[in-house]
Amino acid sequence: MAIDLHRPYRLNPAVAVRPEPFGALIYHFGNRRLSFLKTRQLATVVRLLASHDSQWPRYTAALAALADSEVIDAR
Amino acid sequence: MPADQAQPAPAAALTRQFKAGLSAPICLTWELTYACNLQCVHCLSASGRRDPRELSTQECTRVVDELERMQVFYVNIGGGEPTLRPDFWDLLDYSVAHHVGVKFSTNGVRLDKRTARRLAGTDYVDVQISIDGATAEVNDAVRGTGSFAMARRAMEALAEAGFGEFKISIVVTRHNVSQLDKFKQIADGYGARLRVTRLRPSGRATDTWADLHPTAAQQHLLYDWLSARPDVLTGDSFFHLSALGAPLPGLNLCGAGRVVCLIDPVGDVYACPFVLHEKFRAGNVREPGGFTRLWRESELLLRLREPAAAGACASCGQFDACQGGCMAAKFFTGLPLDGPDPECVLGHGERELARVCLPDRPRPGPGHSRRTAPVFVPLGRITARAAT
Repeated sequence: MAIDLHRPYRLNPAVAVRPEPFGALIYHFGNRRLSFLKTRQLATVVRLLASHDSQWPRYTAALAALADSEVIDAR
Repeated sequence: MPADQAQPAPAAALTRQFKAGLSAPICLTWELTYACNLQCVHCLSASGRRDPRELSTQECTRVVDELERMQVFYVNIGGGEPTLRPDFWDLLDYSVAHHVGVKFSTNGVRLDKRTARRLAGTDYVDVQISIDGATAEVNDAVRGTGSFAMARRAMEALAEAGFGEFKISIVVTRHNVSQLDKFKQIADGYGARLRVTRLRPSGRATDTWADLHPTAAQQHLLYDWLSARPDVLTGDSFFHLSALGAPLPGLNLCGAGRVVCLIDPVGDVYACPFVLHEKFRAGNVREPGGFTRLWRESELLLRLREPAAAGACASCGQFDACQGGCMAAKFFTGLPLDGPDPECVLGHGERELARVCLPDRPRPGPGHSRRTAPVFVPLGRITARAAT
């Protein structure tokens, strides 16, 4: 499934994240599925989604404004 | 060093990480009692009589508290028959309330309309009902008279209560392997999920394994049957069959001490649910530091996380596929742990088995069998009971 990064995401409340040396283990208590985050960076991104979910749209809006004023350029 | 402290970024494959161990187990089996209403001839924990040293309710809730702190997502509760503990339902509620999901195995003895409704109303609980034959004749020869009817009543109760997808769990034997399709029909009929696992020569099965384990030809059949049905759960227990072709879905390695371990009814922690033997006992949850310290610091578990030598299997081209098979199966059949599995699909195990001196095999300890223990008699003969 493609992900739309303009929309805010948060961690599903039924999900637990357990830090591991390789990244993290994720368990969904609802569908009982176990997932693996295979790098610590990815684990950090997912954790930040959880803690900054309300700020996510603000960042994308701010970045859009910065692109408009050519402070940042598309690579 | 505790696994959750800073370590270099990973480059290795995930399975290699698993071999080195995790900050907490993924698959923790917790046997709540040695008491059982049945006396299955292949019981891996040789259950029957309650042990007076079993963990109290309060000690059990303390273990749950620890598991919550370690973020053990769920426990696989078994026994014995766990529902015979009067505090079973309270412990189940306590565990779920503390974010430790419960998957429990039962022979169905306490599952009636009332308890099935209670379970249907509880989140994060999975129920697994054990049968070892798709007919009363095949099942009861191993699990005891009336056990098939009892399990079917429990399945009816769960279905009627609207529990949803429960599991029906089978241990594959020489006598039920021809019934695999019939097991699947039974499960489909209830909207249940079929789970098929390997018979290990543990507990009372140390004495019955030779008569019960599938033949080499049956193993081929089983591999083909499972390969065609990825929706059937296996507890990742058939990785020794992976030498026959494409690996079966799941983790294809021995998880003992790495992702798996067992807490027994008296609080002893073993590296694997199938080796209740002093040699694989890491300690007891009653010791200072509890389960957490054992998981992270036990010398036994740390040793099991080190890379295993391929030993006699080193020259075999299939070692990467089967990883030498199951530690418990080797241990209790008297085979060296760094050699082939007794059911090695290439036949190396059978050759080794012929050399083992039977009286020298490790024994699983006294166990908790009732004084009148069951004796397995192949089908077609009258089941006898002998005093031991």
